[in-house]
Amino acid sequence: MPNTYAWPDAQGRFGPYGGQFVAETLMPLIHELDAAYAAAKADPSFQAELDGFLTHYVGRESPLYFAERLTKHFGGANIWLKREDLNHTGAHKINNCMGQILLARRMGKTRIIAETGAGQHGVASATVAARFGLPCTVYMGAVDVERQQPNVFRMRLLGTEVFPVTAGAATLKDAMNEAMRDWVTNVADTYYIIGTAAGPHPYPAMVRDFQSVIGKEIKVQSRAQMGKLPEAVVACIGGGSNAIGAFHPFIEDEGVRLIGVEAAGYGLDTPDHAASLKGGRPGVLHGNRTYLLQDDDGNIVEGHSISAGLDYPGIGPEHAWLHDIGRAEYRSATDAEALEAFQLCSKLEGIIPALEPSHALARTGEVAREVGKGGDVVLLMSGRGDKDIFQVAKHLGVEL
Amino acid sequence: MTTARIDARFKALKAQGRAAFVPYVMGGDPSREEALAILKGLPAAGADIIELGFPFSDPMAEGPPIQKAAIRGLAAGFGLRSTMDLAREFRKQDDATPIILMGYLNPIESLGYDAFADYAAASGVDGLIVVDCPPEEAAPLVEALDKVSISLIRLATPTSDDARLKIVVQGTSGFVYYVAVAGVTGVKEADADVVAPAVARVRAASGLPVAVGFGIKTPERAAAIARVADAVVVGSALVEEVAAAVAANEPAAPRVLAKVKLLSDAVRSVASASVTETV
Repeated sequence: MPNTYAWPDAQGRFGPYGGQFVAETLMPLIHELDAAYAAAKADPSFQAELDGFLTHYVGRESPLYFAERLTKHFGGANIWLKREDLNHTGAHKINNCMGQILLARRMGKTRIIAETGAGQHGVASATVAARFGLPCTVYMGAVDVERQQPNVFRMRLLGTEVFPVTAGAATLKDAMNEAMRDWVTNVADTYYIIGTAAGPHPYPAMVRDFQSVIGKEIKVQSRAQMGKLPEAVVACIGGGSNAIGAFHPFIEDEGVRLIGVEAAGYGLDTPDHAASLKGGRPGVLHGNRTYLLQDDDGNIVEGHSISAGLDYPGIGPEHAWLHDIGRAEYRSATDAEALEAFQLCSKLEGIIPALEPSHALARTGEVAREVGKGGDVVLLMSGRGDKDIFQVAKHLGVEL
Repeated sequence: MTTARIDARFKALKAQGRAAFVPYVMGGDPSREEALAILKGLPAAGADIIELGFPFSDPMAEGPPIQKAAIRGLAAGFGLRSTMDLAREFRKQDDATPIILMGYLNPIESLGYDAFADYAAASGVDGLIVVDCPPEEAAPLVEALDKVSISLIRLATPTSDDARLKIVVQGTSGFVYYVAVAGVTGVKEADADVVAPAVARVRAASGLPVAVGFGIKTPERAAAIARVADAVVVGSALVEEVAAAVAANEPAAPRVLAKVKLLSDAVRSVASASVTETV
């Protein structure tokens, strides 16, 4: 393990992953974005403005909460929840949206587009667009529009146009295709807020940077509350923005295990899962090279997960790299395991988690036992579960 | 052959003082037999160069007509290799019309660059357009293609300024494809008055013939573009004929080839000032 980790390189690559695989029409825009982000990153007034909004609008910092009853239940290391579910809009997504909309304003862009799966990133994008008075269009797979009605209504309340995408399997990847088509058509005025740490460079690095506020806070809070760093940080992975935000500040802290949990759907031995690392292979989609679910001809295969937010056939390129170099470990949890963890956390801690972090929670017990009593494990509670209650009720056979 | 086939075709057209007509069709759309019938009929219907698309699950730069063509191709069991097999069949009857394979990078990555290049060369493919592989990412693919003399055709767009154009045309061969509108295929209309100076700029930067595509649907527009460009590409309007044939439960080839004839006649009816200007 190198003790200085400086990815991505100048070409936006994390080892062989990442890069800028987009249509030529978009290349000048990507370069413009790269330069604008580099300038903003180096400008203390940009960071100060962002910090102000994170404190007073998003409600940061989020607590690091000792989950006493989960700890007792699992009988291993102390379990701590990093409460991103308490952010404004109820998930970690707003950290990134706030950073990107401030950048969009700096660049003089006047229209916002975004893609969304579960609707959390769509809601966060709609929220910041409303806050800054910019028109916003969110692309969302028609299937997701159906299973995430509360978030669709939220976005519309916020003044955003929600565009149901019927192409392909009508889920997150198809929404991303459609957002790319919008961007390539409206090159002059439009800023595309990508919601996960994927896409063409600089998105994976930029989204990671904006989400790294999570890991930086965990570090400070751990020292204050545990008197040391945790032995492990566990987070769920779809595209992996919450996980990379939590992991990145710890990469050079070799004593901290970083554990990502992919969605195994009905099981990795079935075709119906969304585990790109465990069940996919490297390829190129949506502007970057990374692990993808694909068939023998290189066509992208639809992922499946009970969680619309993890239902993506790819993964951020930095996770692909951390996987290959062994700095992070990747496991998976099935729909059934996530549902069980969802209920467990609700009953034991009085916290209804989103289905996405329920996947991470499903592996947290075993991680806590591996670490052992006296150790500390941080679980990234990336979002709250209000949006999922209809879906969960349906799976539990309850009529609402 | 390969790059040489493209050069020979443009040289012959220059002698005739006209632009090339380049139809785009999708492999396996709507079936192997029909797609092969269309392909084999194209030269007689007036195609000077053929763009042969291979179906991909996530065609990000395409509008609805070509998205649907890809879905029909996939439903017919087609992919990259089966599309190249069609080219190989075509080559049994035609050894002069250049074939440009067009699509997205992942199926090529999946096959492997060297294996792909060998398969493409053996199938009589002359050039390749990969929508999501800009020059920054193209070096390993170019290396594989160079070994078999297949041209990687580069794309210039309305967003390409002079500095970008230099990067785009570096080390390229065959021709340059000018994307006439910022957008996806088959939606906006290309304006010849706007395209003319852009084509001149691309031609000056590359020293190569310039083909224009995206947003050309009618014979009138094809003729207008033919006056200012070295080649005119029509895709969406042709795959829409396939869609209409499928909807009407009719054979697709006659409809598509009739449309090709209409468009190529329009292109042939005008002299291309630009072609004669090219050094």
